[in-house]
Formats: sequence, C-alpha cells, structure tokens
Amino acid sequence: MNNLTHLQRLEAESIHIMREVVAVCKNPVMLYSIGKDSAVMLHLARKAFHPSKLPFPLAHVDTTWKFREMIEFRDNLAKELDFELLVHVNEEGVKQGVGPFSHGSAQHTDIMKTQGLKQMLDHHKFDVAFGGARRDEEKSRAKERIFSFRTKDHRWNPKSQRPELWNLYNCRKDEKESIRVFPLSNWTELDIWQYIYLEDIPIVPLYYAAERPVVEHDGMLLMVDDDRIPLEDGQEPVMKSVRFRTLGCWPLTGAVESTADTLPEIIKEMLLTTTSERQGRAIDKDENASMELKKQEGYF
Amino acid sequence: MSYAQATLIDENDNIEEYLGAHEHKTLLRFITCGSVDDGKSTLIGRLLYDSKMIFEDQLTTLENESQKMGTQGKGIDFALLVDGLAAEREQGITIDVAYRFFTTETRKFIVADTPGHEQYTRNMVTGASTADVAIILIDARKGVLTQTRRHSFVASLMGIKNVVVAVNKMDMVDYGQEAFEEIERDYRAFAENLDIKNITCIPLSALNGENMVTPSNKMDWYDGPALLAYLETVEVEDTLQSKPFRMSVQWVNRPDLDFRGFSGQIASGRVAVGMEIKALPSAKTSRIEKIVTFDGDLPEAVAGQSVTLVLKDEIDISRGDMICAAASPPEMTEQFEGDLIWMGDEPMLPGRPYLMKIGALQIPVTVTGLKHKVNVNTLGKRAAKSLSLNEIAVCNFSTEQSFPFDAFNEIPATGSFILIDRMSNTTVGAGMIHFALRRGSNIHWQALDVDKNTRAELMHQTPKVIWMTGLSGAGKSTIANLVEKKLHSMGKYVYTLDGDNVRHGLNRDLGFSDAERVENIRRISEVAKLMTDAGLIVLVSFISPFAAERRMAREKFEDGEFIEIFIDASLETVEKRDPKGLYKKARKGEIPNFTGISSPYERPENAELVIDSDKMSPEESAEKIVKLLIS
Repeated sequence: MNNLTHLQRLEAESIHIMREVVAVCKNPVMLYSIGKDSAVMLHLARKAFHPSKLPFPLAHVDTTWKFREMIEFRDNLAKELDFELLVHVNEEGVKQGVGPFSHGSAQHTDIMKTQGLKQMLDHHKFDVAFGGARRDEEKSRAKERIFSFRTKDHRWNPKSQRPELWNLYNCRKDEKESIRVFPLSNWTELDIWQYIYLEDIPIVPLYYAAERPVVEHDGMLLMVDDDRIPLEDGQEPVMKSVRFRTLGCWPLTGAVESTADTLPEIIKEMLLTTTSERQGRAIDKDENASMELKKQEGYF
Repeated sequence: MSYAQATLIDENDNIEEYLGAHEHKTLLRFITCGSVDDGKSTLIGRLLYDSKMIFEDQLTTLENESQKMGTQGKGIDFALLVDGLAAEREQGITIDVAYRFFTTETRKFIVADTPGHEQYTRNMVTGASTADVAIILIDARKGVLTQTRRHSFVASLMGIKNVVVAVNKMDMVDYGQEAFEEIERDYRAFAENLDIKNITCIPLSALNGENMVTPSNKMDWYDGPALLAYLETVEVEDTLQSKPFRMSVQWVNRPDLDFRGFSGQIASGRVAVGMEIKALPSAKTSRIEKIVTFDGDLPEAVAGQSVTLVLKDEIDISRGDMICAAASPPEMTEQFEGDLIWMGDEPMLPGRPYLMKIGALQIPVTVTGLKHKVNVNTLGKRAAKSLSLNEIAVCNFSTEQSFPFDAFNEIPATGSFILIDRMSNTTVGAGMIHFALRRGSNIHWQALDVDKNTRAELMHQTPKVIWMTGLSGAGKSTIANLVEKKLHSMGKYVYTLDGDNVRHGLNRDLGFSDAERVENIRRISEVAKLMTDAGLIVLVSFISPFAAERRMAREKFEDGEFIEIFIDASLETVEKRDPKGLYKKARKGEIPNFTGISSPYERPENAELVIDSDKMSPEESAEKIVKLLIS
C-alpha cells in the first residue's frame, strides 16, 4: 500500500481542478498576484499540463503601488518560464491620482484592484479566472465553493452557490456569467510553505528577512519602497531586519521584524507566531464582515 | 479546564526534522453533523483552538464578540469562531457547508461543517461526499433524536464507513456513565439497519474540553480514545488501490504531433508501465508506454494521483472516455438503478431530461421510474410521483448512450454522479449507482430492412412532426384540422394526434400534475416518432406547456424533422373564447392545475413559426403552415 501524503493529495486535487477548467471552458486566465500562493498555483499549473505549455495566460492587476521587487520578480519569471503575461492597470484611476495615502485603503483597493480586475476580465472576455485564495484565510472564504459563479456584473451571491459533490465540478454557465476557480481552496498557509520548501519554488525575496528601510505608519511597519510615502515631521526611515508574511500594495502591507532568512526559518516563525496571516493587511479591518462585502462587489 | 494546548513546535526544536516528519502526514476529511444546540460549532471551535489553529488576533476578536453576542457569559463562545457568513451570524445558525482546517503531528484535517436541519440535507450530502469519517453529535440530555437518525442515514447513504458518535454536554449529566451507555445502546440498535462498518461512541464535553484532546479525568469509567486521538489514528480503509484500475480521461494532452497523452485523476487501482488497458466505450486495447508527470516519468501510479498516460498504440480516446484495466473492465449500461438526492428548488419530474456528469463524461439522462422515496427520519419507504428539494429516492435511470460504471459501494468515483438542470445550469441532484438494469442490455433495437426512407419514398413525402403548442382555446385543434384537410387533398399521408383525444385512450391514466404532464408529452413524442418512422406527416396538437419537454420531444427527431409552431393567443382572448367552458371552471377553482390559470405556460423561444391567433384567422394560419411545410 502506497498511501499518498496530504500534500500529494492536495496537489492531485488542484491539478484535477485546473484540467477540468481547461478541458471545458472557452477562455480561462490565471490571476497572478506575484505572492507565495500565486507561486504555488503557477507551479501546479505547470504540473497539470506538462509537457504542454500553459494553455492560458497569466494576468496581473497592477495597482501601481506594488513593491518594486515584486514587479522585477514577475517580469523575470515570465521570461524564464516563458508564459504569456498580461499586465493591467486601471488608467482611469491613475489619471485621477488614486492611491492609498490620498484616498484611503478601501477606495484605493476598490478602484485600482477590484475595478481594474473587472476591466481586465471584460476587456479580454475571460470566462474563467483562477485565483489563489484559500479557505483558511478568512471566514467567508471558508464557505465559498471551488467553482464560484459571478453574474455579468461580477457579483457573488453567497446564498445561491451550487452544491459541489465528490470531485464532480459543474462548469455549465450562462453566456454572460463568469467563474472564479480556486484550485488552492483546501490548502492552508502551512501547506503552502511546506510545498514551496519541498518543491523548491521560487518566491519574491521580500518574504525573507533582510535589512530594509522602514517607518511606522498607522501602527504598521511600512517599508519605504519609493518616495511616495508621506513622512511625518522629523520622521526618518530606519534600517531594520524585517520580512513580509503577505505581499500586496506596499503602503497597505505591514512588515514584521524577523531574522528568518531561510525557508525553514520562515516556517518555524510561522508555526510559532500568534497572529493570523491577514492581520498585516489594512483591508480586512474596516469592519468584521468586510471581506464578504468586498467579494459580493467583485473583489477576488 | 483539563485540556492541554497542543503545540506544533517549540522554540528550540529542529525545524528540518520537523519538516521531514510533517512531509509524511496523511490527510483525513471528516464531517460534523448536528445542530447548533448540540454544540457542534463549539466542538469544532474547540478542536481548532486546542490544536493551535486560532491566532491571537482572531482570539481577541473572538473575545470581543463573545462579550457582545456570545451565549457563554464571560467565557469564550467558540461557536462564533466558525459561523462564517454575516447573515448566519446574526441568525445564529449555520446554513451552508464551511470547510475548516487543522493539523497535528500526524495528520492534516479538513472539516466539513454542515447544518443539521432537515431543510439543509443537501448541504450535509455535499459535505459527506468527500468525508472519510462522520462525527454525529448527540446531546447527552436528549439522547438519540430524529435528527440523529437522519444524519446517520445520510452518512451511511453517502458511503461513510466510520462514524463517531460524540455524546456531548456530558457536564450537564454529571459525567454519568449510565446516561452515556443508554445512548450508546440505543444508537447501536438503530444503526443495525444501516451500512456503517465502524461505530465509536465517545462521551465528551466540548465546552469544557473533556475527552477532546486528552482523556478526561472526570470520566474514568470510559477507557476509549479522546476525540482527537481517535481522529489521528482511525484507519481510513484505503482499499481503493486494491480495486481494478479506472481513470476517466479529463483532457487530451497534445503539445505537438509527437506527443499524445491522456490526463486524468486515477479513480481506483494502480497502473504500471507495460500494463494492458482497455479504452471504453470503444473497447480498444493497448499497453501503457509511459506515465508522464512534471517530476519525471513514473513506473507506476495509484488511486488519487493526477497523471498523464501515454499508450503504445494510437487509439482514439477523447474526454469522457474511461481507461481501465483490460483484465477487469467495468460494466457498460444505459439503464440503471440508483439513489438520488434531490437538490434543486424545482421538483424532479420523471421523464424530464437532465444532464448527468459521471467522471468527465456528461450525457443526457432521464429518470424512467421513481421506485420509492425514503423518509430520512424514519427510513420508511413511500411511493411518489416527483421529488422535492432535499428528498431522497431510489430511481431507475435511462441515459442516451451506454457508459462504463461500477457500483457506488464498490468504487465510489465511478459510481457517483451529479445531475444538472439544462435550463438553469445548476446542480440539482446527486446520485449513487446500485446496478445496471438488464433489460437495457438484452433488448436490442431491431434493425429492419424496410426503413423510414423506403416507406417515405413510396408515399412521395418527407416525414415531419408539426408540433403545435399553445394555451387551451388558442385554436390548435381547429388549425390542425384545416392543415390536415389541405395536406390530405394534396395527396399527403397525415395523421393528427390531438391532446384531448389521446387522453381518452393511451394516456387515460394520466392527470394534470407537473409529473403527469411530463409523462404525457413523453408518450406522445414516442408515438409521433413511430408514426414518422412509418413515413407519415404527424400533426401534434398539445398544450405542452413546459419548454424542457418540448425540447425533449424535439431531440427525439432528426434535424429538420421537428417543426415547432407556437399558436400564440393572449389569456384574455382564450378566456373570452372559452369554447369548452374550462376557463370559467378553472377561475372558480373547480379545475386544479389548469394551464394559464393555476399552472404555468412557458412560451417557446425558438419556435420555427409563431402564429398570432389574435390577429390571424384559422384559415390564414393553416395556409401559412402548409406553405412552410411544402417549401
């Protein structure tokens, strides 16, 4: 008897999900956020279709506030692995000068990320978008299906989700509907890290601790990534050994002080840590059910 | 509190060693069944908390919320941790399936948390479909209840072989042995009627953490495992690997002309290089040349793995086909008996066509017979004509083509299917195959030497079905009569099937419920098919109110043979005409299920011809139809 390990079972499930989409749907896309979950999702996609090339493009919705190292990593990887990369920026938002410091996290995220995402999906007429969300991240995600249907306005209706039985996914939809598919639904943060370690998957260096210039801002430790940061009087960036547990827009993503500069050290720190992953994100704090509301409006 | 917080790792532990050990963890999926009152959410919240899956910030939120809306006074209300969607949190009930995760030294766990009420049976079925173990909660003060029986039946139906009966709230009965043993006796007596292999009863208090993670010192009389110890050690029979090899082809992997692989997830058994395989339905055989993965070719692969198979010979295989061990292939059938759990808001009607998805294969299917409904509370059997949301029944099914399958209790992955509604695209049913019905395989279509074409040639005509649909009183029969006369005078062989007339004979046993209307149309379309086969032009004059059945009828005929004509008249007009006085009676409530009044009429969207009978005379209408037919 050759019992599969939990990671082998998770891997086989994710591959099954991705193949199903490609076999049945017309025009899929993979949303690539450059973070560790996207890294795992991309790796699984390469496994699913090997020896074929990825049968869909990767798309990144760039809010123009991502860490520079993220963008660099993204472009290098696209070159190295030779996948089709679409980068979308909400130009309307750029024209209006939308940013997290001037408009606040909620409005910035809505315009640059959620609206940007909808523009990108509509423009290319993608009918399915893979996303790297996991059910362990947040309570409303715990109830979302792997195949999650959206109306033509990209809205999610949590009350009318299709039952998902066994590994039989019903991909039939109306011409105007679209589907968000989450192949990592059953992975946890620990699974993701363990898999990155075992499979030697490249990730953005910001996940590893290093000396970086930071300032305190609204109770978060922000890395000074460019000169758009509004410094208070007399405030000077200081060098600290920090790393990031999640990656997003740099003004919305707090660093944690850490010396973990290898994957095993990161995993150890994660296991010893006493705060949840999304805690470093400004976006969830607005109100308790905030993620559910955002998702109903079209946030991934 | 007697529970111990399980820690995953210590500051001083060697992380490489830890990672090495955790690499070999297995996965256990379980479902929790019970209602809010049984402390189900508390039990899950407690498992997450005790296995350190709750972080400090979540705990702070939890403490704040416990004060605001908790039910535990100043204590932590673990239930708030797992009740997900905002609406549910306000109502204090769990209405969907939520998935939770925690991990220990030896296993990773995925918990499907489902609601316990009867109106959410479909949610429980969904959660149970992927579970290895079911935890059934019983309130120690209340014992085995109706819902306990329901949950156990559903678990058994869905093929769950390991059940934990968690007798919760033992603190409320002073941790008494007798109370527990009585419940255990009751439960085991009841469960003899079910197909559950292993039953383990555990007395516990989720609220106080007794017998949750470590054995409780308040119940020395109990010498079984604590709940977590059970979950960590329960042997989930992995007999799937010892079954014959099966894989449904999901995707044909063809990067260039030199490579052709068949991708899929292995449903059962093992496959090795050199093994002889058979592809179904073609029944062609070949051998495995390579088992391809991103990480290199494998010598063999087992149930559960997603792989790409390359065969020695070029045989034609496409998505939905099955590759299986040539030595022990599955049966093929187009008629079978199975369980059906209905999940649609609209009722299931025998005769109505649905789509069946089994593996990667998706084919049209109809329920040809509803043998009996099962009362989920009493397990009693009852005759029925249709199935509503959350109802469970044993049915006979008929598919449009023959497909390979195994009995669900032999190989679940090749014996389970979902039903999809073709209009709304939603998943409306889940089914488990029992066995093939022999009559399908033994009665073969008799091919006759004189066929439709030769008959039609002799008559100098092309067989057609003119399907006239519309409200009662719209003028269908009048127009059909005129069309028949005109065609007859042109020397055509025509026959009219009239709704009222057929109900006097062939369909005299049918009433007017939705289910009977579906059967009415099924029979009439079969009769029309025989008549076109005889070479005739058939005029069908039937209200035929449902789009699904008109589509079913259309699909029985060759392309272009079926002509749908919508005789459109407003309700106002037909009520004014009311040639048989039926609308008046229906308005008075004397005729139940009357189309247009108390039963819906779904207007055709793709009719070949629409006749506006408000504006056009029967004579003009008939002329138009004849013209369409002759052109």
